[in-house]
Amino acid sequence: MNNKNENFMRLDFPSKSCNESFSRAAVAAFASQLDMNIEELADIKTAVSEAVTNSIVHGYRGIKGIIHIECRISGDSITVTVRDEGRGIEDVERAMQPLFTTDRDGERSGMGFTVMQTFMDKLSVDSVYGEGTTVTMTKTIGGEADGDFGEI
Amino acid sequence: MQINIEIIGNTLVAKLFGELDHHCCDEVRAAVDREIERGRIKNLVFDLDGVSFMDSSGIGVIAGRYKKIKEFGGRTLIIRARPQVDRVLELSGIKKILECG
Ligand SMILES: Nc1ncnc2c1ncn2[C@@H]1O[C@H](COP(=O)(O)OP(=O)(O)OP(=O)(O)O)[C@@H](O)[C@H]1O
Ligand SMILES: [Mg+2]
Repeated sequence: MNNKNENFMRLDFPSKSCNESFSRAAVAAFASQLDMNIEELADIKTAVSEAVTNSIVHGYRGIKGIIHIECRISGDSITVTVRDEGRGIEDVERAMQPLFTTDRDGERSGMGFTVMQTFMDKLSVDSVYGEGTTVTMTKTIGGEADGDFGEI
Repeated sequence: MQINIEIIGNTLVAKLFGELDHHCCDEVRAAVDREIERGRIKNLVFDLDGVSFMDSSGIGVIAGRYKKIKEFGGRTLIIRARPQVDRVLELSGIKKILECG
């Protein structure tokens, strides 16, 4: 592990939809210190937007709350944790199925978790019904030879 | 989000500018549905050249409008999606249902 490339940041903000664009941009700005291409950066931005939107739309549906983001860079990986203290998910496995949504009369497509899963390398969802949800996602920056290996 | 509505013949062209997320999907839905409900248009084109970001909330809005247009026998087309937007469209499967150019 390369000590040079250890960093983290935290962000707390109220569950207002205007914070969706702010929070994904903030994570992308932090993530961009890893040497990644535009597509990888866009993937992280999109996944964060899904998790934050879920906390606002489902976690804190009809109520106000705080959303907590933590980002950790370690070597050539970034882990983003998005946490809410909202309603929680009754059945996480079912919620993660493509096209599954509890938003029956709305127009949700049920694709948020699928986007997170596809655009990040690792996704885990911890939820306690009635207490809240924590989404943890990791992306390892691949691509061309990274300088970190050549330092010995 | 800026929404430019243009009607060409019986086709509504909705040009969107900005980031199409949950925060502004109500605005897009309202602007397009207003025109659909006036009954003068049949087909719908989403011009996404000005959209720099979209997530699954955008898929929901587009799919919802597609369903309404289809009820009256019209067609929906998406044009000029940028790479990030295109990846989300691709993943959602919506490209197989409506037309993309
Ligand atoms: N933070 C959360 N708190 C409570 N429930 C959640 C949370 N995140 C997801 N869910 C539940 O999981 C379901 C699936 O989420 P997912 O993001 O995949 O789809 P969606 O939000 O319903 O639709 P889309 O993301 O396509 O707009 C949601 O409908 C909701 O029931
Ligand atoms: Mg969602």
